[in-house]
Amino acid sequence: MDIQTLEKHARQVRRDIITMTAAAGSGHPGGSLSSTEAFVALYFDVMNIDPADEKNPNRDRFVLSKGHSAPGLYGTLCERGFFSREEFAHFRQLHGILQGHPDVKKCPGVDASTGSLGQGISIAAGMALGAKHTGNKCRVYTIIGDGESQEGLVWEASMAAAHYKLDNLTVILDHNGLQIDGSNDEVMSLGDIKAKAIAFGYDVIEVQDGNDMKQVVEALHTPPCPGKPRYIILNTLKGKGVSFMEGQVGWHGKAPNAEQAEQALKELEG
Amino acid sequence: MEKKAVRVAYGEALVKLGEENEKVVVLDADLASATMTNAFKKAYPDRFFDCGIAEANMVDMAAGMSTMGLIPFCSTFAVFAGRNYDQIRNGVCYPKFNVKFGFSHAGITLGEDGGSHMAIEDIAIMRVLPGMTVFVPSDANECYRCVEAAAKIEGPVYIRTSRLATPVYDPRPFTAGKGTVIRDGSDCAIFTCGIMLEHAMDAAEILESKGIHAAIVSFHTIKPFDEELARTYAARCRKVFTVEEHSVIGGLGDTVASAIICGGVETFRKIGINDVFGQSGKPADLLKEYELTGPQIAEKILKDL
Repeated sequence: MDIQTLEKHARQVRRDIITMTAAAGSGHPGGSLSSTEAFVALYFDVMNIDPADEKNPNRDRFVLSKGHSAPGLYGTLCERGFFSREEFAHFRQLHGILQGHPDVKKCPGVDASTGSLGQGISIAAGMALGAKHTGNKCRVYTIIGDGESQEGLVWEASMAAAHYKLDNLTVILDHNGLQIDGSNDEVMSLGDIKAKAIAFGYDVIEVQDGNDMKQVVEALHTPPCPGKPRYIILNTLKGKGVSFMEGQVGWHGKAPNAEQAEQALKELEG
Repeated sequence: MEKKAVRVAYGEALVKLGEENEKVVVLDADLASATMTNAFKKAYPDRFFDCGIAEANMVDMAAGMSTMGLIPFCSTFAVFAGRNYDQIRNGVCYPKFNVKFGFSHAGITLGEDGGSHMAIEDIAIMRVLPGMTVFVPSDANECYRCVEAAAKIEGPVYIRTSRLATPVYDPRPFTAGKGTVIRDGSDCAIFTCGIMLEHAMDAAEILESKGIHAAIVSFHTIKPFDEELARTYAARCRKVFTVEEHSVIGGLGDTVASAIICGGVETFRKIGINDVFGQSGKPADLLKEYELTGPQIAEKILKDL
């Protein structure tokens, strides 16, 4: 798919992130906006998936390890045709399919329930191992957060991914540098995350601008490195696309009010 | 009487299951020679996955593998039910993934390794999880049936096993979710689970010698619980005692209490680990220290009757 079309989808997903969090009065816009290019590139250009055949056993799998960025995933799944835009009115509401964090039992297109940080990458590694064991040629993608990478489980999973030579696994780091209590460096420095990923046995690609669709698509299309799991560092901007949210810690888990939403939607027009 | 540790039966049952069902895979966290999954590892090396000393990752890897149509059995020590609880809760139970947990070395009879390794709370934390089936086999034969049943259940299952070699009784009819009447009686009812059956039977013999006819009901399934059978025996005997190698908080005792709360019983007493941790020792000495031998159980029952 051409980059311009992908960018158009990304703008719509960003609008949906604003719309649904504003309607719910809660949710996590910041990390949803930083991951948007990755979501759209995966669902529109990279992954082998079909909303009309969403349980096809040979489909590629996606696990949102940073489950709080659900609004970005929901916006993308909707834009891709997994469910109607009307569901956004029920985001985070009783009986809704769009739970605060992705729920595999409720939401079409979701492959694992996530929200407890560190678990998604481990589940994704298990999927990749299971796929290899059963001869399933699918690929497994997961997006993890940089704050999430403080969880020990991320590194347990990484060790296992290398040990089992899971070259059908792609771990995408949304490196926006911010988490609830401040920057990564203020809270718990990640150190040289690239060196760590390499040391853990990943084939690592670093994308200078993880909010540049062309760069993201290119990285995701890079052929797998035989015998090694893939790790893509996306250097992103938290709150990307909404001027007053960009680079602001406070917008990790706070919804815009009506006035702010209006301004954000205006900025995301076109 | 032949003796065999329930964990040994777990290992044997997995091998048999692996032969019948190629979807069965076994994951362990560097404890295959203790959880007895090494037999499966030897028989089906391509279906055995060592996850290293990383129990949390083992559970979520199993969750992922189950989505590919496999039936993973995660094996480690029961005490680590706490260590990977978040993964069992959110990674497996919340999405209702088809993952089994065969956790061994439960209770104080693991012996010399001491209190740091003695799970006295695993039944409690497992039974509170929605959709989780909880098996506590009382002997090797029952363990075979529990493993078979676990593979047939679509969803998470916990199987609690023990390290100590314990008596192997003649095979009894097995239905998941149903209790088993071991001996009938009407003066008091002793409800038990797991390897405490042996000691409950010893206690009943002592009571019998004093003219007290105790019924024994063994529950290999704590969840879903056979509330009807518990209520029937509570109503018949009106004096109820629960015996378990687990904390008296949250385990079999509380499961029974919830079931019979409106049953109008005269006496109810939970016999188990009294809200304390374990310690190192020989299994037989530990059972005595924590007052779980047949004579001690009989003494408590006599005091309350």
